[in-house]
Amino acid sequence: MDTSRKIIEVQNLVKKFGHFTANDNLTFDVFGGEIFGFLGANGAGKTTAMRILCGLSKPTSGTLQVNGFDVYTQSEKIKKTIGYMSQKFSLYEDLTVAENIRFYAGIYGIGYRERRKRQQELLERLKMPEIKNQLVKSLPLGWRQKLAFLVAVMHNPGIVFLDEPTGGVDPVTRRQFWELIYESAARGVTVFVTTHYMDEAEYCDRVSIMVDGKIEALDTPRKLMEQHNAQNMEEVFLHLARN
Amino acid sequence: MITIKNISKSCGKVEALRDVSLNINQNEIFGLIGPDGAGKTTLMRILVSLLLPDKGSASMGGVDVVKQYRQIRKIVGYMPGRFSLYHDLSVEENLNFFASVFGTTVEANYYLVKDIYQQLEPFKTRRAGKLSGGMKQKLALSCALIHKPEVLVLDEPTTGVDAVSRTEFWDMLGKLKQSGITIFVSTPYMDEASRCDRVALIQGGEIMTVDQPARIVEQYGKRIWNVKSAETYRLLNDLKAWESTTSVYPFGQYLHLSVDESTGKEDIIAYMQSQNHEPYVYEGFSIIEDVFMDLMGKQ
Repeated sequence: MDTSRKIIEVQNLVKKFGHFTANDNLTFDVFGGEIFGFLGANGAGKTTAMRILCGLSKPTSGTLQVNGFDVYTQSEKIKKTIGYMSQKFSLYEDLTVAENIRFYAGIYGIGYRERRKRQQELLERLKMPEIKNQLVKSLPLGWRQKLAFLVAVMHNPGIVFLDEPTGGVDPVTRRQFWELIYESAARGVTVFVTTHYMDEAEYCDRVSIMVDGKIEALDTPRKLMEQHNAQNMEEVFLHLARN
Repeated sequence: MITIKNISKSCGKVEALRDVSLNINQNEIFGLIGPDGAGKTTLMRILVSLLLPDKGSASMGGVDVVKQYRQIRKIVGYMPGRFSLYHDLSVEENLNFFASVFGTTVEANYYLVKDIYQQLEPFKTRRAGKLSGGMKQKLALSCALIHKPEVLVLDEPTTGVDAVSRTEFWDMLGKLKQSGITIFVSTPYMDEASRCDRVALIQGGEIMTVDQPARIVEQYGKRIWNVKSAETYRLLNDLKAWESTTSVYPFGQYLHLSVDESTGKEDIIAYMQSQNHEPYVYEGFSIIEDVFMDLMGKQ
């Protein structure tokens, strides 16, 4: 983690839908190569904030920069320099692995030669070169999620957003997934991740916990556990989200 | 209460269930624990008479799930994995609808759902599609209960639900158990095993083990070391490369390390120091997830 390099800068972010305040004055920074856990109960406002950071939705007020670009005026530049992986949809099931790679390479303007090279690298990181010509729908969920992650970072984005990437994935593959995250962070990619697995919260460099639209806590897992006199992050989460 | 004998089921080329047998006792909370694709949903759909097994048989309360499917549907309350209530009906309308389909009324069995439904009553005119995740689960559980079933079959009721709502949901199941209902519940969250009386661990269509959660962990027998250093990822790779390591996995803030029999704490410390890690090593407890991964490896 490189604290001299701010990848996300958020000051006083407010997002209102009618009379409902989904994000209530959020202020935080995320650093280069950091694994940042973005936690909160269902309905706390995580998805709203994440959509704003990805340039998909405009804030009501506040100052926000992602990769140095302004979310109000440069959202197209933001979209080109980030990776995004959602839990529900990330790859085309009726296309093969190679076709999906080609499709996403096309979207991000990666040329033929470069694509061949990166596809090779990607399959090596996945440790499964033999699945290249298989349809995505024939792959087990855990493999699909690992593939989706690698596709999301194929264009070398400064930051990748992961929305509950490991839900339902078996315990072994879930850990392999996190190894890919560690590896990418070690290469300097910032990882912004939401999860309902509290053991995964402990793998993050820093964690923020949202409650009813506000950030109620932001620190390293170790400090949060100390502050709340808790054995693990689950206790910290329950303590904050229940009050 | 539930008897499952040698059930196999293929979906196309995939063998979803292979020779599965289980016995679930009256008034027990029985957990079916495994990841996505393990066969949990297929087994549950067979039990509630929505799928036919290729081989084997199953019954609930002595009622055969294939031959007497009409009766099965009266005695079972089923909550499918996907939210399958009517999005365009209000909370109240959904509950009334499910009661009338089963030839009863909300008033007649209100005492069963009271605790759960009371939390929803302030929103009873809201459309079901507009509820939050935790509230949807509560409504779905109310609808599955309103005809006073003997058995509840709950397919991943806590998936995608936050840690607070998950704890609340399990508290509700504990209360329902007291009213005499048998509960068969599936989950991909291994830590939820401790909330069940007994669990079956399922992977790749096969049951790997069945017992009380505490006994499964006891019988595992392997020593687990909790280790960490300032550089988790590098430590993980260093330990993977060590010849004495039998398995090493990240578990929250620690790595769970198990080593061969001839290796002790001092050896682990010495190895970590040789790799320039400041060693933190102490004996830890294994949990269901350790056992699950071990059994997966053997499979």
